[in-house]
Amino acid sequence: MSSLVARRRHPAAIAVVLLLGLILTGGLYAAFAPKNADAASGDTQAVAAGHNLFLANCATCHGLEAAGGDGGPSLVGVGAAAVDFQVGTGRMPLANPAVQARQGKVQFSSEEISQLAAYVASLGVGPGIPPSSLTSGGGDIAKGGELFRVNCAMCHNFAGSGGALTRGKFAPSLMDVSGRHMYEAMLTGPQSMPVFNNSNLSPQDKKDIISFLQNVKTEPSPGGWSLGNLGPVPEGLFAWTFGIGVLILIAIWLGKKAA
Amino acid sequence: MTDDTDASIPKEPAVSQDESGSAVATRDEQHAPAHFENPGLPPHVHRLGDTDPAAAKRSERQVAALFTISMVATVLFVIAYAMIGKDADVILPILGKVHALNVALGVTLALSLLGIGLGAIHWAKTLMPDEEVVEERHPMRSSDEARAGFVAVMSGGAEGSQINRRPLIKYTLGGALGIFAVPLGLQLIGGLGPIRGDVHDLKTTLWDTGVPVLNADGKPEMRDGKVVTRPRRLMRDPDGTAIRLSDVTLGSVFHVLPEGINDTPEPSNEKVKAAVILIAMQENLIKSARERDWGLNGVVAFSKICTHVGCSVGLYEQTTHHLLCPCHQSTFDVADDCKVIFGPAKRPLPQLQIEVDDDGYLYAPHGFEQPVGPSFWERG
Repeated sequence: MSSLVARRRHPAAIAVVLLLGLILTGGLYAAFAPKNADAASGDTQAVAAGHNLFLANCATCHGLEAAGGDGGPSLVGVGAAAVDFQVGTGRMPLANPAVQARQGKVQFSSEEISQLAAYVASLGVGPGIPPSSLTSGGGDIAKGGELFRVNCAMCHNFAGSGGALTRGKFAPSLMDVSGRHMYEAMLTGPQSMPVFNNSNLSPQDKKDIISFLQNVKTEPSPGGWSLGNLGPVPEGLFAWTFGIGVLILIAIWLGKKAA
Repeated sequence: MTDDTDASIPKEPAVSQDESGSAVATRDEQHAPAHFENPGLPPHVHRLGDTDPAAAKRSERQVAALFTISMVATVLFVIAYAMIGKDADVILPILGKVHALNVALGVTLALSLLGIGLGAIHWAKTLMPDEEVVEERHPMRSSDEARAGFVAVMSGGAEGSQINRRPLIKYTLGGALGIFAVPLGLQLIGGLGPIRGDVHDLKTTLWDTGVPVLNADGKPEMRDGKVVTRPRRLMRDPDGTAIRLSDVTLGSVFHVLPEGINDTPEPSNEKVKAAVILIAMQENLIKSARERDWGLNGVVAFSKICTHVGCSVGLYEQTTHHLLCPCHQSTFDVADDCKVIFGPAKRPLPQLQIEVDDDGYLYAPHGFEQPVGPSFWERG
């Protein structure tokens, strides 16, 4: 075996090739990946692309000029934040009007969402998409918990597990919602949810609330199985069915004669 | 069975053959047996361990194993108590992320108790004697001598205490014992609420009073020997900051407490009556003229205390303008004087009139027109 061949088949060669490939792919992705949907409304190309997407997917309900129509509200002034929330969580486009649009499969790429957001933001001044410094935690958890209990807990449950509203509507669980979408929901008040504008809950307040919820999610449950943090109903159900069921089984065993 | 029916003991069993040939028991009273023999206890079935020494040995080992499990679990409890940190957590299947110490202590303690209990029961069931034994109950009645002795002791005691000869002691003792029931009942009745007529606290809230106007020195301004007050502003809960009308954008909900609530002797007592929810909706959707007048451009304030049993009504649906109480699902229509549209509440939520002061902040010119919260007898 010549030395050249030996070097070519150096055991590290495959690892180096893999590493180079990964770096190349990652670099290309970073360069070409769709940016966050915070494109300025002046970006005419994105607005035009967003307009086309809007006409194809949204205009049936929201009207050709997004001024509202059959079953869809006007989108003038709802801002990029509303689009990023509704489309980014798969609530829109709505396949089938029901009591409440549910979180679902996201139908558009993040680039398309940012184009749609740019188009809607161009219609009128509205709340924009929050910077990640406000949505990725790191706030005051204690303050966030206090604000959450006053403003949010009555619908979304003490631990953000969600809860029932009237006539089939419900406040969804917040455990698997990204910080950005929570921020946008507070800002825009989607569906049944009221609006919590920046003079009600300041950006710092919103950051604290998001940090609190992220902490709730990672916090270990001190009492063992949390049963979904839904409160006394599932706990009572568990105690009555499982607990008493086990007691009955033990009582049956107690009363049975040995073989 | 009484004796006179013994004559009707059937001579043949009450079973007849129908046409298909199968035996059918008839319900003929005449042919029913007058009485049944007591069949007694079924013959005792011996356990495997009673006859087979190997099985008994196996049971012995099982019981010992259960007791050993208990011992091991107790030792593990001590180890867990000493070794696992207070803040350590662990991710378990089904349970999710839990506090390691609590789970370890709970599981080991349960095993250590269960080991003792299950071992003892298994021992009793497989090895201890299990033959049925009939044990006659001893007579309940005491012997005549014991009864006579008891009467002698009692009457001797009564005689010795002289209770019949000294009625003063008898009646004062009766009085003392009788009156002793009063403190017990007093707490029960006293806890029901204020005595009739004294319901000022239930009829008023902090919104009925003002806050002192401060002069340039930061001291309360006095006029004619009285502190000058102004109506309370609406403040954000929990921050206690004042609210401008322009802050309350369409679809917003602010949770509100009266200004200066933390300067009162008992802020919690004030909060349960004075909590308010401030809602901004489209003014043309409000059906009631009075509600429009008492609000500002569609911004209205209502008591947050449910008129059913006083829970905090906070679940506001922006699209339907419904306010929902989380306790018993009473639903109030904010567009129509907060009238009850569902649930056990009987009266609408009282509205708080709001106005804007010279500094641009929202304030309540006067308190609620009617008592907030649940009914009480003297409410009228």
